[in-house]
This record gives sequence, structure tokens and C-alpha cells, in this order.
Amino acid sequence: MQIETLIWLIPLPPILAFFTIVLGANRNNRLSHIIAVGSMVVSWGLAMVVFFNAVTNEGFGHHPFHSSIEWITTGDTALRIGVLIDPLSALALFFVAWTCLAIFLYSVGYHNFGKARDPEDRPGLPPRAGGIEPMYARFFAFISLFAFGMLTLVISDNLLLLFIGWEIMGLCSYLLIGFWYGKPSARNAMIKAFMTTRVGDVFMLLGLAYLYSVTGTLSYREILFNEHVLEMLANSPSVIPALSTAGLIGLLLFIGTIGKSAQWPLHVWLPDAMEGPTPVSAMIHAATMVSAGVYLIVRFFPLITAGWHEGGALTPTMLVISFIGAFTALFAATIALAQNDIKRVLAYSTISQLGYMVAAVGIGAFVAAAFHLITHAFFKALLFLGSGSVIHGVEHGVQHTNDHIDAQDMFNMGGLRKKMPITFATFLIGGLALSGFPLITAGFWSKDEILADAFANGHLAVFITLALAAFLTAFYTMRQITLTFLGEARTKAAEHAHESVWTMTLPLIVLSFFAIAAGWVGIPEGFPAIGGLIPNWFHGFISGSLLEHPPAIAFNPVPLLVSIGVALGGLLLGWLVYRRVPAGGEDPVKKPLGPIYSVLRNKYYFDEIYSAVIVRPAYWLAETVVYRWMDRGIIDGFLHGVARMTLRIGDFLRNFIDLPIVNGAGDFVGEGIKKTGKSFRVLQTGRVQEYLIIGMVFAGIVLSYILILRP
Amino acid sequence: MIPLSWYIILGAALFSIGIYGALARRNALAILMAIELMLNAVNLNLVAFWRYLTPNVVAGRVFALVVFAVAASEAAVGLALIISIYRRRRTIAVEEIDMMKW
Amino acid sequence: MLTLTQIVFLIAAAITLIAALMVVTSKSMVHAALWLIMALAGVAVFFVLLNAGFLAVVQVAVYIDAIAIMIIIVVMLTRHSMGVQDRQRSKTWWAAVIAALLLFGGLTLMFTGAPLLGAEAPALTMGAEALIEELGLALVDVDRYIVPFEVASVLLLAALVGSIIVAWPGRASQEQEDES
Repeated sequence: MQIETLIWLIPLPPILAFFTIVLGANRNNRLSHIIAVGSMVVSWGLAMVVFFNAVTNEGFGHHPFHSSIEWITTGDTALRIGVLIDPLSALALFFVAWTCLAIFLYSVGYHNFGKARDPEDRPGLPPRAGGIEPMYARFFAFISLFAFGMLTLVISDNLLLLFIGWEIMGLCSYLLIGFWYGKPSARNAMIKAFMTTRVGDVFMLLGLAYLYSVTGTLSYREILFNEHVLEMLANSPSVIPALSTAGLIGLLLFIGTIGKSAQWPLHVWLPDAMEGPTPVSAMIHAATMVSAGVYLIVRFFPLITAGWHEGGALTPTMLVISFIGAFTALFAATIALAQNDIKRVLAYSTISQLGYMVAAVGIGAFVAAAFHLITHAFFKALLFLGSGSVIHGVEHGVQHTNDHIDAQDMFNMGGLRKKMPITFATFLIGGLALSGFPLITAGFWSKDEILADAFANGHLAVFITLALAAFLTAFYTMRQITLTFLGEARTKAAEHAHESVWTMTLPLIVLSFFAIAAGWVGIPEGFPAIGGLIPNWFHGFISGSLLEHPPAIAFNPVPLLVSIGVALGGLLLGWLVYRRVPAGGEDPVKKPLGPIYSVLRNKYYFDEIYSAVIVRPAYWLAETVVYRWMDRGIIDGFLHGVARMTLRIGDFLRNFIDLPIVNGAGDFVGEGIKKTGKSFRVLQTGRVQEYLIIGMVFAGIVLSYILILRP
Repeated sequence: MIPLSWYIILGAALFSIGIYGALARRNALAILMAIELMLNAVNLNLVAFWRYLTPNVVAGRVFALVVFAVAASEAAVGLALIISIYRRRRTIAVEEIDMMKW
Repeated sequence: MLTLTQIVFLIAAAITLIAALMVVTSKSMVHAALWLIMALAGVAVFFVLLNAGFLAVVQVAVYIDAIAIMIIIVVMLTRHSMGVQDRQRSKTWWAAVIAALLLFGGLTLMFTGAPLLGAEAPALTMGAEALIEELGLALVDVDRYIVPFEVASVLLLAALVGSIIVAWPGRASQEQEDES
């Protein structure tokens, strides 16, 4: 079979699984998860085959795998859709396949397959006491649909198919965040997520339309790999005078990324999205969906950077992107410091790391951005799955001890390294990778590359911001690990926690392997001692996705030392501050930070600001203007008015025309005939003589007429 | 001699009297008698016309003969009917035999 | 001056008309029947005047001897119904008068206006016996009037049978006669 056909087949098994489960298998839990996980295995297999073919292909960048078909014909032209596997999408396929497979397998154990259904559990609420999830099959149907969406997005060769996959994932995100729809907080979160990303999507669609109208195509190969098109876009002015067409389109597409990847100011949905089950948080909000936003701008790097040269001044679009990225990275890191919920910390951490990647694209560091995208997917998914395992363990403890505490609050945990060793080990690896622990973790290599690029190109503001964010990242990560695993258990529930089943720990182990090893494919050549031992395969491979290979950054010790310093310093400080928090104790930084702490705790009150400025006016508009005035008043009023008028006309017609005239005429005729008949009846007396008389009278009349009047 | 018109007038008078009797009398038998008068007037007319217009053709008299036969049979049947009605309704006043009305 | 024939005619006409008037105005049925006989006899006279002797005899035989007698019999049978004291004119007798007068007037006007009616009687070619003989022959001649003759016979038969059936006493009248 040709490799192109295999590529088309990759998203197919999950969507088939979705339909099969929804239409048939949703009563049988075992069958549903076999179908779902099985389909993911098939997709994973196909993805691995394609990936293997891609990496073993010499000069792959120049002749990627592609195939396209006509989809909608509009007159002479046609909208084509197709698949394209070039180095960037091959790598994306790799990490998407691995993380999705790990998460699918994890979900089996997370939703307590094998345990009996608790009769007190209701569908729509999380299972209370460790029984199997009542909506088990539904979950697998949704995540299969989601996997379909992501895989479609990754293999797409044009912006339209990407957008389709983007929106499918938006839908699944909505469905899965509100999976436990019985909880009002989950319902609010699902709507918030959908609405916020929608704002971004609207602008992205504008950019898409603009691009299509200017170039007449949405295919990557015709835009991104075409010098002339890029030059034309870069040099033509757009509707906004300060921006070139390429710049404006890039900016509009970037706004889509702001929504999808939860950058400031559209970051508010991601923390609330933690209402969903943990595999959802891992998959959607760590490894895949939010990465899709970054994937978009990495993919469109040639368009965003059209008109920019390596080492030159940044274009306005790139300035905006790098500002938002760097700002978000620091902003989110500060909020993460003050969060107590284990998943919230990871959520803000995700926002922060995405900011890193966005900033990298903003400063023109294509390779670094792609590298961090891939490594982050692995270790963030690992961290989320690990947190899910922790929550499961503590909930088990809650069930056993009837100690009703919030199982997700880190201040209720502690000492879990003894009870949940595998989880501890893998979580530690993930956390170190996130912090950028030198040399052995993948996060170090990718983060260091971003910092090096920023420093080398003179973007010092970005460099300092990112370095500060890295420090805070290490600090809160160590805070998290210390509070959760180290020390002694702070509650009885934590004392009774136990390790999770193999379906949950095996994916943790696999992902931790990648969290360590994924970085070693991208060791820069100029690195002291180690650089050059393993060639920088990554740089060479992924550069094939660009028209001109970006040069490797010359080695500079300053960013390296800064990066090692902030990582180790943050980790140490975190351990020192939090290692002695007693049961029921409060956060040690609360007093020193004072009022700042509550600002951080409340996420800079952004939710409240948005609620007052945007949400409430929108509700008012909907409720009062549109509903009451327009819908009920005008439209319904018009309808009622028409109805009343019709009734009046009907009454008029009935009483003034129908009854008197029509009925009257009918009755008149009938009554008239009756009266005439009655008056004629008297003639029919039954007496023959009288009949004869009448006959004679008539005969006489006729006779006299003939005789007298006529002749 | 006697002009034809005298016979005609006579016949007309007889006929009119008969009409009056048929229309104005209450007793069914009286009506029957008046009808006989009318038939006689007709016969008289017939024969008068025969004699004055075509005396050599026998058709007039044959016609008159047939009228006799008809009159006889009609009288017989009429009388039978009157008897039958009398038996049923104990009356022969035609005013009271009015069931075929509205 | 009137000839004898004319005088005879006028007397006979007077008698006949008066008799006819009495028939239709008489209160008693028996009287009416007797007056009828007189009127019929008057008509027979006219037949004689018109040289139709055979028909005069037939008139007497059929009408007077048969029909008038029958009428008298039935009058006898139904005497209980209407007595002499009852009203014998119907409620709309005035309309009958008008009708009769109109008819008479109309007919008279019609016939006196026609030209041929002032004619005299033409001569007869045959004698009285020959007339009768011719009538008789005509009635049985296959080419002439046998069909009407036979039809008249059938009609008489039908009337005979019919009147018997109509006047047959049914069960109801048996009961009435049993009661009375």
C-alpha cells in the first residue's frame, strides 16, 4: 500500500470507533473500551509506520508525502483537501499518537473499569466511592472523536481541513469538560471554554478567509513553500496601514492560537477546564488541543515571518506574538504559585509553557518552538496523568476513612511517595522535565534552546521574562512535588492512599521515558562536551519544513548558565520553603507576599473583570434586548398582531358577509322555496274536482288568448 | 234547414253543463252522470259533423260507435269504483276523498 | 218561418238542455238519474234527426237501458252516504260556473266564426237501410274498421272484468256487513 493511502487512513479508526460506540456498543463497557483503545492502537501503528518512513527518508523536507483530492467545486476552481506529511507534521504525528494512546489506556483504569457500578452513582456526576463511571462508554466515544479531530488537524495539508479538525476538537473539548454535567461548575466551565475559544476562532476564520481571498488557495504547499506568494504577501499592504498582508493574516491566525492555547487575554477557560476528568485534562489541555494552537503558528511560521530576515528587526506581528507569549509565560507562572489544587497548578503551568512556545515563534526561533512543543506534550501529559493517579489514590483514602476532604487540594496530601511509588517516580521525572533540570530531562534541552535563541538575537526583554518565568516554574513545580509526595501525610485520607492499577501506571512509565529521552535528539552541536557526540538530528530534520534552513545558534554560555541557575535555584527554593508544612498549615508564602498573595490566588481577578465587562452585558443584551424586546416584543408581537388581525377579519367576514350574505342567500333560497311550496300546497287538496277546475281555468285562458288576442 | 252551427251550439251547451256538473257536485254519482252528459255531447258533435261534412264516409259513425263502447265501459268501471270507495270509507262525497294531498 | 224540422229541433233541444240542467242541480240522486234519462232520450232524438237511426237505437239501448239503470242501482246502494238535506254543491262551485261559461262562450265564438258552419246538410246518397248495412260491413271488413271494433270489444271485456274485481267485496267489507 502506498504511504499516502496510509496517511489518509490514520484518522479513520477513531471516528469509526466513535460511531460504533455511539450507535451500538454503548451499553457494553468492555466492548466500548476495546473498540476505542483498539482503534487508537491501529492509528498509532499507522502513524508509526508513516513516521518511520518519514525519518528514514533522505532529504525528506524536499519531497514530503502528500496527496490531495477535490472536495468542493465552485465553478472553475475547486477547494481541495489533502494530506501532507512533512517533517513538522511527522513529528507532531509522533507525539500525538503516543500521548493519545497512553491517555486512552489510562482512561480504562481512571474510570475504574473492573469495579462494580455503585447503585448510588448517577450518570452526570463523578462516581463517589470508586465505582465504575456510569457514562463509561460515552467517555470513550468522545475521546475517540477527539482523537479523530486532532489527527485530522495534524495530517492536513491545507488550512480548511486544519480548521475542521480544530473545530471538532473544540466541540469535544466542550463535551468532555462538561462530561460530568451534573455539576454546575462543570456546566459553567464547558460553556466558558467554548465561548472563549470561539472568540479566537472567529478571528482565525477571518484570517483564513482573507488569506483565501488574497491568494486563492489554502494549501500549505502553495502558500508556505512558495517564495513568490510569500513575497507578494509580505510586500502588499493590508487594510491596516501598518501591517503587510502577511502580517495581518498572521496576526488573525495568531488570535485563534490565543484562544485555543489559552494565552493572555483569552486564558480564562483553561483553569476552569480542570472540571473535566483528568484524562481529558491531560489529552486536551496539555498534550494535544492546546498544542494545536502552537502547531498552527509553527506551521505558518513562514507566513508570520514573511519579510523578516534572520537577525533582523521583528515585524509588528512578531512583536505582538512575542510580547503576548512572554507576558503570558510570566503571568501564568505567578498565578500558579498561589494555587492549591493540584490540577490548577498544572493548568497554569501549561498556559505558561505555551507562552514559551509562542514567544519562541515570535522571536523567530522555529526549531526551538517546535522542539519545546514536542517535549512539553510528553511531560505535561505525564504530569496530568500522574496527578490523576494521585487524586485517585487520595479519593480511595477518603472513601476508606470517611474523611470528607477535597481530594485535589495539595495541602491535604503529603507523604504519598511511600504509598504510590510509581506515581511518585514518574511525576518527579515529569516535574524535573518541566523545570528544565539539566541534561537528563527533555525539558531542559528545549527550554534552553529558546533562551539561547532569545539571547543570541538580542531580544533581552523576552530573555529576562522567560528566565524569570523559568525560575517560578521550577519553584512551583517543586512546591507541588513537595506538598504532594514528600514529608508526611497531612490527612488520614492521604495515609490510606494506594497505588493505582497497571492501566494507569503503565502509560506513566512510557511517557516518562519520553520525558527523558526526547530531548536527546536535539542536543546543539556547540554544546560543551556532549554536543557533537549525538548529531543534532532534530534541527536538521525539522528544518526541512522551511524553505531556507535556519542556521544553528552559535553556542553562548550565558543563557546556558542562566537556565541551569534558575532551574536548580527554583527547585531548591521550592523544596526548602515547603518541606515542613504541617497538617492544616497554611501556605508559607502567604504572609511574606501579603496582599499580592490574594491577587495571585484570585488570578488577578480576570474572571471577575470579564464577567462584569463582557459576560454580564452580553447576558443583558440577550435577555433584555434580544429576548424581551426583539423576540417577544417585536417578532412575537408582530405574530400576535397578525393573529389578532386575522381573527378580526375572520369575525368580520363571518358576521357581516358569511352569515348575512352567503347564509342569507342560501337560506333565502331555501326558505323562499319552502314558502312558495307552502303557498302552492293549498292547491293540492286531494280533490280531483278542484284540480280539474284549475285545468279548465287554464285551458280557458289559453283558449281565449288564442282566439281573442292572437288572430 | 238546420244549420250545423245549431248542433254545435247545442253540443257546446251540453258539454258546458256537463263540465259544470263534473266540477261543482259533491256526490260522485252526480259527477258520473255529468260525465255521461259530456260524452253524449261529444257523440252528438261527432255525428253532426259526419252528417254535414262527410255523409258518405262511414268513419264518423264508426267513431261514434266506439265512443259508445268507451262510455259504457267507463261508466261500469266508475260505478265499480264508487261502490268500492263507499265500502271502504262509507262516503261518496268527493270532498272527503282527499288522501292524496300534501 | 221555421220549418217543422227546426221546430222539432228546438223543442227537443229545450227539453234536453233543461233536463241536463236539472241533472246537475238536482238535490236528490234519483231525481238526477231520471232527469239524465230524459236528457239521453233527447240526444237520441237528435240522432234520428241526423239520419243516424242505428245510433239512436244504440243510444237508447246502451245509455238508457244499461248505463242509467246501473247508475240508479248504485244510487240505491249508496244512499246512506249523502242525504237530500246535505249540501250538494262543492265549495268551489262558482269556479265551475265560470269555467263552464267561459268554455261555452269560447266554443260558441270559435265555431260561429268558422265559415263552413252555416252550411246546410248535404244530401245523403244511401237510404237508411243501406247506411246500416254499410256500417255493419265496415265494422267487420278486414281492410277497414275491424281493428277498432275488436279493440272496443276487448275494452268492454276489460271493463267488465275490472269492475267486477274492483267492486268485489273484500274482507273489510265482509266485516262491515257482518257488523251491520
